[in-house]
Amino acid sequence: MPINVLMPALSPTMEKGNLAKWLKKEGDLVKSGDVLAEIETDKATMEVEAIDEGVLAKILVAEGTADVPVNDLIAIIATEGEDPASIQAPAAGGAAAPAPKAEAPAQNSTPGGGTMAYARVDAAPEGAKPASAPATGGRIVASPLARRIAGQEGVDLSAVTGSGPHGRIIERDVRAAMASGTTKAAPAPTAAASTPAAAPPKAAAPAGASGPVGLTTDQVRGFYAKGSYEEVPLDGMRKTIAKRLTEAMQVAPHFYLTVDCELDALMALREQLNKSAGTTKDGKPLFKLSVNDFVIKAMGLALMRVPAANAVWAEDRILRFNNAEVGVAVAIDGGLFTPVIRRADQKTLSTISNEMKDFAARARAKKLKPDEYQGGVTSVSNLGMFGIKHFTAVINPPQSSILAVGAGEKRVVVKDGAPAVVQVMTATMSCDHRVLDGALGAELISAFKALIESPMGMLV
Amino acid sequence: MADTYDILIIGAGPGGYVAAIRAAQLGFKTAVIDREHLGGICLNWGCIPTKALLRSAEIYHYMQHAGDYGLSAEKVGFDTAAIVKRSRGVSARLNGGVGMLLKKNKVDVIWGEATIEAGAQGNQPGKVTVKETSRAPAPKGALAAGSYSAKHIIIATGARPRAIPGIEPDKKQIWTYYEAMVPETMPKSLLVMGSGAIGIEFASFYRTMGAEVTVIELLPQILPVEDAEIAGLARKRFEKQGIKILTGAKVTKVEKSADSVTATIETTDGKSQQLSAEKLISAVGVVGNIENLGLEKIGLKIDRGIVVTDGLGRTNVPGVYAIGDVAGPPMLAHKAEHEGVLCVETIKGLHTHAMDKAKIPGCTYCQPQIASVGLTEAKAKEQGFAVKVGRFPFAGNGKAIALGEPDGMVKTVFDAKTGQLLGAHMVGAEVTELIQGYVVAMNLETTEEDLMHTVFPHPTLSEMMHESVLDAYGKVIHS
Repeated sequence: MPINVLMPALSPTMEKGNLAKWLKKEGDLVKSGDVLAEIETDKATMEVEAIDEGVLAKILVAEGTADVPVNDLIAIIATEGEDPASIQAPAAGGAAAPAPKAEAPAQNSTPGGGTMAYARVDAAPEGAKPASAPATGGRIVASPLARRIAGQEGVDLSAVTGSGPHGRIIERDVRAAMASGTTKAAPAPTAAASTPAAAPPKAAAPAGASGPVGLTTDQVRGFYAKGSYEEVPLDGMRKTIAKRLTEAMQVAPHFYLTVDCELDALMALREQLNKSAGTTKDGKPLFKLSVNDFVIKAMGLALMRVPAANAVWAEDRILRFNNAEVGVAVAIDGGLFTPVIRRADQKTLSTISNEMKDFAARARAKKLKPDEYQGGVTSVSNLGMFGIKHFTAVINPPQSSILAVGAGEKRVVVKDGAPAVVQVMTATMSCDHRVLDGALGAELISAFKALIESPMGMLV
Repeated sequence: MADTYDILIIGAGPGGYVAAIRAAQLGFKTAVIDREHLGGICLNWGCIPTKALLRSAEIYHYMQHAGDYGLSAEKVGFDTAAIVKRSRGVSARLNGGVGMLLKKNKVDVIWGEATIEAGAQGNQPGKVTVKETSRAPAPKGALAAGSYSAKHIIIATGARPRAIPGIEPDKKQIWTYYEAMVPETMPKSLLVMGSGAIGIEFASFYRTMGAEVTVIELLPQILPVEDAEIAGLARKRFEKQGIKILTGAKVTKVEKSADSVTATIETTDGKSQQLSAEKLISAVGVVGNIENLGLEKIGLKIDRGIVVTDGLGRTNVPGVYAIGDVAGPPMLAHKAEHEGVLCVETIKGLHTHAMDKAKIPGCTYCQPQIASVGLTEAKAKEQGFAVKVGRFPFAGNGKAIALGEPDGMVKTVFDAKTGQLLGAHMVGAEVTELIQGYVVAMNLETTEEDLMHTVFPHPTLSEMMHESVLDAYGKVIHS
């Protein structure tokens, strides 16, 4: 009977590891205690030892393979009297055949390999189904009625926070999620946006957690005199903003890059373009470009010029995009929406301008469709109209950056060794360090600055 | 002045004493004030002693029908004083039990009439003045009248019988539940004004004991909060037992003589009639005890005789809370108990949710019993639900037949769209002990599917609960 060698769990929480190196080749004799392979986790490198004698008949997972789930079949050992050549790998993608006793012990023997609590690990209990167990996430605990309503209304229960006993999702939670409109089960990213569906549950945990434990309501109340405040209940939008942006600050390591952009050329071009705008039948101009329209277009083009920055973090991989999608923060009464201009690099300024006017109007009326505000790689948040000179913004998950744009104002700068008055706008980009390193972020914001300062580049 | 309490509860009824015990469990220094009896009306003059009386009536009824079971009982009779004595004994025993529970949990008992002087303000605790009472002697170990202070004051003063002008109870011919609970002799004839739980239970008791009983109800249906179909079935059974029932009928005048009352009754069809009886029981509901508590002085918000709360006991006055009957309907002991726990846990800062009043069951212990939870069929339709209704008769249940109780029905109301159990309504033997199965189901938000998958033991009356669900979805077996 051949022995199945399974991917060992080196710690109770380990769900997968990298198969760093095979120390035996197919056909090698192995005996108990021989080191078969080295396994890497994020914390340590460990060795897999054989505890049976035989011939290493088949290596099923090549060395250098990353993220091999615990209990996946990685090799087969032929025992005495078996012909190693006749041993076949099981057909179904790595799932162990109803093998007898499968063994894959691990021993803490590599110097510097960290201290493991488990010297030997019997990785596969009898009848264990490799691979499938770690892939299943935590069970969603929901009442039958909550499940049925969620099914009927298309609510994604994994994005609903339960308020019942032990966090059980009950009817009122589903109704609340429906009212907030943020938890439709859709392929597009949603409230749990930074958690791609394919991500393993463990990795998703930080994002999926219901947020940090801050002060309780009563603790906060305790800081203020009773009657000195009024209590405003949270609506769905406020809850979503709180949840997602808290999540963003906790999960995405932010760093910030600030540049000053000269606007004189842009303002001149803007005036020229707006003057040249034709009119509709009732005499209204066909378009009226704002500075922000140029900012959106410039971000779109900058993303295409720095393709590595046109990407988002997806837990175990990076998603890199072919088109530039730029979200634009629109403040509305009681919150904000971030509708996304698709293909911002390809659209003309007038198209972007008119699209934004439509988005802004419908955002204020809360009439945006989810697919109009989901997605995007970056966003633009412009507080220039409030006279804000400089600010930093929180990245809107799952995006990887956000540009905080201040007011355009006349400043004295040194030009060719002499003071000169030019119109300047300060822009600060918040970058997700998981995707963008400092130099890459700098490349992106430099491309943006170049476009803003030489705006003709946006017309071609 | 004594130390400041964390929680001071006014009223030791089921709401108050349960809140006190829970408060003590949570580590609060707690006291409860009462002027008359630990355990409140429920335990002393309501739920509990009536169950004792009805038990006597039930056994008397079985003895009279012993032949139905192949038994013989001769010279079947009763001793009114002994029946009442037993009922009082039951109350006394439980009353003592409440005292022990409070003592065990180190809850102080303060004896007297309480007035709230002020709710807590800033670091200043709330103040309550307790005056001596002559209503009842203080139990052993109780603290005397005086001034007390507490960070949190919970009003749990309960309710008392509503009196209709011109038909005020006089303890002689016009009774409330107090007098009806302790008859010196069994009246030969009786008028019962009001057909809610209290009226119907007394009607059932006195009829079983042999009185000529007439029930007068203002509304078109007896047991007005119950499902119309269930109330209709109950009415048929009562009438079969010889209870006369007038619905859509109003007592407009009552004349008293030395040993009888004569009531003038007008019915909605405009007719008027006069009925005479030895006694009249006024059972037209209860009103909250909000008087003489200083509530106006502290500016407590009251709406139609009910202290306004946020569902977790909090009132508009910081540091002052209200639970139970005084905080609004349904005026039921189990609602008060639950509210008491919620209120105290809210004060503690535990995660609480206001209870869903649609999931509070109600039980009436007449013969046959009535039990229900949730929406009636009519209410469900009124709220816009498309409903699926299941019914199962006692006549189709083996255990019911074996018990000799073939009359009754279990009715279930489902939301056709989601399968949510919206309501359950029962009439028949022992249904008050069955209803909590549906209450648990509703609280766990089960759908019809889970109920269908549940195995009910055979042979039990509970099988009818299963069959009723099956019937709602066209899968009933024994009907």
